[in-house]
Amino acid sequence: MSKMKIATVWLDGCSGCHMSMFDMDEKLIDILEKVDLVYSPLVDAKEFPEGVDVTVIEGGVGSEEDKHMLELIRARTHMLVSYGDCAVTGNVPSLRNRFSVDDLIKRSYIENVSAHGDGGGNVPGDAVPRLLPVERPLHEVVRVDVFIPGCPPRPGLTYFMLKELLEGRMPDLKEKTRFGL
Amino acid sequence: MNESARIVTFKMDGREIGAREDETILQVATDNGIFIPTLCYLEGLSAMGGCRLCMVEVKETSKLVPSCVTYAREGMEVITNSERLAKYRIMLLELFFAERNHICAICVANGRCELQNLTVNLGMTHVHFPYFYPRVPVDASHERFVLDHNRCILCTRCVRVCAEIEGAHTLDVMTRGMDSRIITDLNQAWGSSVTCTRCGKCVNVCPTGALSEKGKAVADIAVKKQFLPYLTRMRRGKQ
Repeated sequence: MSKMKIATVWLDGCSGCHMSMFDMDEKLIDILEKVDLVYSPLVDAKEFPEGVDVTVIEGGVGSEEDKHMLELIRARTHMLVSYGDCAVTGNVPSLRNRFSVDDLIKRSYIENVSAHGDGGGNVPGDAVPRLLPVERPLHEVVRVDVFIPGCPPRPGLTYFMLKELLEGRMPDLKEKTRFGL
Repeated sequence: MNESARIVTFKMDGREIGAREDETILQVATDNGIFIPTLCYLEGLSAMGGCRLCMVEVKETSKLVPSCVTYAREGMEVITNSERLAKYRIMLLELFFAERNHICAICVANGRCELQNLTVNLGMTHVHFPYFYPRVPVDASHERFVLDHNRCILCTRCVRVCAEIEGAHTLDVMTRGMDSRIITDLNQAWGSSVTCTRCGKCVNVCPTGALSEKGKAVADIAVKKQFLPYLTRMRRGKQ
C-alpha cells in the first residue's frame, strides 16, 4: 500500500504550531515512517501538489495570498485539518480586525517606525501580498474536516490526531484540547 | 428559604425526585449530582436567567426554560440533557465568542475561565457564526482592577455582587442587546468612581477575564467564590 501523502502549511500564524509538532520528539519518526511529507515549510516543494490525503494548516487567512493558497489546498486535499487557534478562531492575528487595513498599514510602516532617518517608513508594494479587510478563521473561507484548538495544540494531541487519521479514523478530540492552551 | 415550604415530587431525567417547592430546578439538580451548565448563576447571588445555558426541557411545554429561575412543581417532568439542549448550549457558547473578542491565548483568565472550560465540557470545536469583532475599550483607570470589555459576557455577576453583597452598586449595565456594556457609576472611568469600595468581590466572581486584578502574574491569579454563600448565610443569621 502506498504511503499517505501529508502536507503541513503555515498561513497567518507565528509558526508555534509547527514548533509544537517538533515537540513530538521521537514520535515524529513513528509518523514519518508511515507518510510522505509532500509539502511543508520543512521540505523543499515549491508548489502544492495534487492528491494530498491530509493537510494540516496553521494560521488564519489574513492576506489575498493566504486565501488563494487555502482554496488551492482545499481543491487538492482530501482531509483538511484546521490546526491551532489562529486557524480555528483567528486568535492573535485577528486583533487587527477592529481597525481598517489603511490605519493598520499606516501605524505599522509609518507611525511606528523609527529606523528611518526621515521619521517615516516605506509601505511595501508589489512584493508583499495585500491584507484582507479582516483576518478570518479557515472554516469561514473553505470547508474544514477536523478542528484542533490550542495555542499551540499540545504535541501529544497532534500525535494522537495524526495516528487516528493514518489508521482511517476520524479523531475524537472532545475534552482533549481547548482554545488558548 | 421559606420554612413552611411544601415538598413536591417530580421527575428529573427519569428519576423520581423530592424537593422543596421553593427550590429551583438548578438547585435540585445540583443537590442530586446532575450537572447543568451555567455562566450567570452563582450561589449566593440572585438568579437572573440571563445566559440561558441552564435551559432544560419540561414535558408540559415545547419551550425551553431556564432552570435557575424555574421552580420545582408537583408532577413535572424535567430533562436536563438531550440532543436538542446540547445543540442550543453549544450555539449559545459560540454566540458568546462571536459577540466579543475572546482571544484565550492572551487572556488573564486562560486556563481558569468558565467560558473556556465549558467549550471543553460541552464539546464546542469552533464558532459557526461570523465573528462580530466589536471595537470595545479596556478600562484600566482603577488603581487595583481592570475591566476589559473584550472578555465580558454580560452575566452581571459583578453587578449583582456589588449591589447585593457589598451594597455599593458601583457597577451596572448600560444600553441594550449587543451594545450592552458594564459601566461604573454614571458611565465614568472606574478610577474616578466615588462609590467603589475596592473590595474586589466583582473580580472574584467574574467567570471570564473581563475583570482582573492589576500587578499579578497570570499564574498567580486565583479567584475566590466561597465567600458568597458564606456571606449570604451570615446575613440571614444562619451558620
